[in-house]
Amino acid sequence: MNRPDGRRFDELRDIEAKAGIIKRADGSASFKIGDTIAYAAVYGPRNLYPKFLQNPEKGVLRCSYNMMPFSGSGERIRPGSSRRSKEISLVTQKALLPAINLNEFPNSVIDIFIEFPQTDAGSRCAGICAVSIALAEAGIPMKELVAAVAVGLVNGEVAVDLSKEEEDLGGAVDIPIAVTTRSGKISLLQMDGMIKAEDIKKGVALGKKACQKIFEIQKKALKEKYNTQ
Amino acid sequence: MYNNLKLHIINCLNENIRFDGRKNDEHRKITVEYGISKSAEGSARVKIGNTEVIVGVKTEIGTPYPDKPGEGTIMVGAELTPLSNPDFENGPPSIQAIELARVIDRGLRESEAMDFKQLCIKEGEKVWLLLIDICTVNDEGNLFDASSLAALAALKDMHFPAFDGEKIDYKKKSEKKLELKEEPLSVTVYKIGEKYVIDPTNEEEVFVDSRLTVAATSDGTICALQKGGDSALTEEDIDAMIDLSIKKTQELRKHL
Repeated sequence: MNRPDGRRFDELRDIEAKAGIIKRADGSASFKIGDTIAYAAVYGPRNLYPKFLQNPEKGVLRCSYNMMPFSGSGERIRPGSSRRSKEISLVTQKALLPAINLNEFPNSVIDIFIEFPQTDAGSRCAGICAVSIALAEAGIPMKELVAAVAVGLVNGEVAVDLSKEEEDLGGAVDIPIAVTTRSGKISLLQMDGMIKAEDIKKGVALGKKACQKIFEIQKKALKEKYNTQ
Repeated sequence: MYNNLKLHIINCLNENIRFDGRKNDEHRKITVEYGISKSAEGSARVKIGNTEVIVGVKTEIGTPYPDKPGEGTIMVGAELTPLSNPDFENGPPSIQAIELARVIDRGLRESEAMDFKQLCIKEGEKVWLLLIDICTVNDEGNLFDASSLAALAALKDMHFPAFDGEKIDYKKKSEKKLELKEEPLSVTVYKIGEKYVIDPTNEEEVFVDSRLTVAATSDGTICALQKGGDSALTEEDIDAMIDLSIKKTQELRKHL
């Protein structure tokens, strides 16, 4: 197994997570994995307007994924939403929904905002990891945390947490996965590239293992926030 | 209730003390961090108290304006991200964001801090464009001062990317830095009641009657002004606010 940065096939990049980085938000976190940095803020539950968007049965979860204009690897990214950012916002919301209990918040909304000052592949997964910590910090009732990582093929072999350099290699395959950490279910699964079915199975298994490591880091970040010593 | 709170704030300001214990002309604690985004050619994070703003500079190759064939240019954008304040929303830039960006832009541009000729690659054909983006991370008041400081810090941090005459290689930074002849900075002075205040918190910003942003170079030459707020200012107000602002910009420079 040969990775450009010398990592083992199941080795994540260095991770730093911190809870409570944005004082104005009800919950917030930063999640840095390699050179990708995600900031997440949670506002709510708060009133949802216009009123026709309200659901009298349960709360609404809104997600917004945005890269800062200077955070891409190439030219400046034009501010505002794009087809890409809208789709990622959608799959982020779907990745988080199974872990959250919205029944207590009829007619309300929980707003999630994810911003990236710097990216190097795996941004949607970093965003999900950050949001998960932020939701917990905000005190939103959750059944479990959600951790996410991308697996894929590097030089034809299954590996976790691809960097941009690895993604840019010919024949690379990118499979972002989110795992609900207690029940071990998959709440985000996307894939692009060409891959054999058995390699997907291998990849998902590998991703689940990696997510357990991320889960420990998420828990640590939350505990540190409330460590008074 | 708002009227009572306003009265209380004004009474405190008359005693030259604020809710967080500061004097009227005192900034909160300021920190400046350089190079906070590897994706940008230059970047900086500024914290004033809990207010946090990051600025990144990207470079692109463009064609010059027909009337200035030998000059590149800068562009300043501001995103008041909904992450940073529960009242900010997604969508096209709000009027507040546009004003902020344009005030910072004028401060940098009109000071002639940069000779735009250094951004020329081939006269009439290729020039560098510097795209400066302000992004708020946490808004606890006074985005103007934080943005001004962060924009200048990001420009000081900037290295041009590698360029072979045809294409930019964003992965490699060159040794070439941006030459700054001046270091324009702005401090916004706010008027609440009859008192002048700098660096207001969110709580104080609600009760601002008027404000004056003054951008000045290091020798105290004024390079841009912007009056804001709903109330009008007297000539005496303007004199006093400009004096206070210039004094404070000199103090702000120590953080760079």
